[in-house]
Amino acid sequence: MTDMSYLDGNMLDGPLRELFAVDLSAATGRCASCGLAGPMAGLHVFSHAPGLVARCPACSNVMLRLVRAPDRAWLDLRGSTFLEVPMPLDQPHPGPL
Amino acid sequence: MSPGFQGRPRSAEPALPPGQYLTEDFPVLSAGPTPKVPLETWEFVISTETGAEYRWSWDELMGLPQETPTVDIHCVTRWSKLGTSWLGISLDTLLDGIDTAADYALVHSYGGYTTNLPLDDLRGGRAWVAHTYDGGPLAAEHGGPARMLVPHLYFWKSAKWVRGIRLTIEDEPGFWETAGYHDYGDPWREQRYQGD
Repeated sequence: MTDMSYLDGNMLDGPLRELFAVDLSAATGRCASCGLAGPMAGLHVFSHAPGLVARCPACSNVMLRLVRAPDRAWLDLRGSTFLEVPMPLDQPHPGPL
Repeated sequence: MSPGFQGRPRSAEPALPPGQYLTEDFPVLSAGPTPKVPLETWEFVISTETGAEYRWSWDELMGLPQETPTVDIHCVTRWSKLGTSWLGISLDTLLDGIDTAADYALVHSYGGYTTNLPLDDLRGGRAWVAHTYDGGPLAAEHGGPARMLVPHLYFWKSAKWVRGIRLTIEDEPGFWETAGYHDYGDPWREQRYQGD
C-alpha cells in the first residue's frame, strides 16, 4: 500500500482509551483476512472519514472500526480474530479454570 | 432607483439541514486507499434477487443519455456544499427494463465499500452515476472514474468508485450502517446514528 492518506495505529491510543482500561496500542492483533499478527500500533488508520477505519498493513482489509457519536461509541472488531494484551506479572489473575 | 432593486430581499445564509455548516471547498473523506481503476476494465453491474446481471462497460455507459444535476450535498461529518455541478447517468435510465421485485439496494464499490438504501430512493430523478464534476473528469480522490450521487441522503450513501448495485428483497446494512450509522440517513431529519 503506497497510499499516504492514513495514520499509524498509535493514533488509536486516545480514542480507544475511552473504552478500555488497557493500552491497546501495545497489543497484538491478528487479521481475520490474511492471518498476519502484529502490533495494533502498526495498523493503517484512515481518519478522514465518518469513523476511524484501521486496516491491516499487509492486506489492507479492515481490522477495526470505531464510530463515536456524542452519547455512544461503536467498536467493530470482526476483522480481527484476537487481541493479545500484555499484562503485568504482579497483577492478581485467576489462572486457568 | 430601478424598479427591481427592492423586489428581492437579500436572504441570509442559505438553508442548511440541522447541525450542518457551509463549506466552499470539497473535503476528501475516505475509509481506505484510493483504488486505481483503468477505464478499459471498468464496469458497472446491476444484479437482481434472481441472479440476473446487467453490465455496462465505460463506453457503453457514456453512450447512455447524460444528465447535468446541480445539487446540494450534505456530509454526516457536518459539512454541506451547495450548488455542486455534475454530469452523469440517471439511475432511472439504468434501472429501466430491469425486472425486479426487490425493495432494497446494496451499492458496492471498487475497494470493498458498501452502502444500502431503499430502491425507491434510486428512482424518480434523485440518483445518478456521476463521472464529471464541475466540468472535469471526476478525480480519483472524489470517487472517479465514477461515483454514486444521491444528494437527498447523507453523502456516505453516495458511494465513491462505484462498481455495481445488488438489488435485494431484505435490507442489508453497508459499511457504515453496520458500525453505528443510520440505516436511511436523511439529513433534514438529522438521521446520523442508529436510533436517531
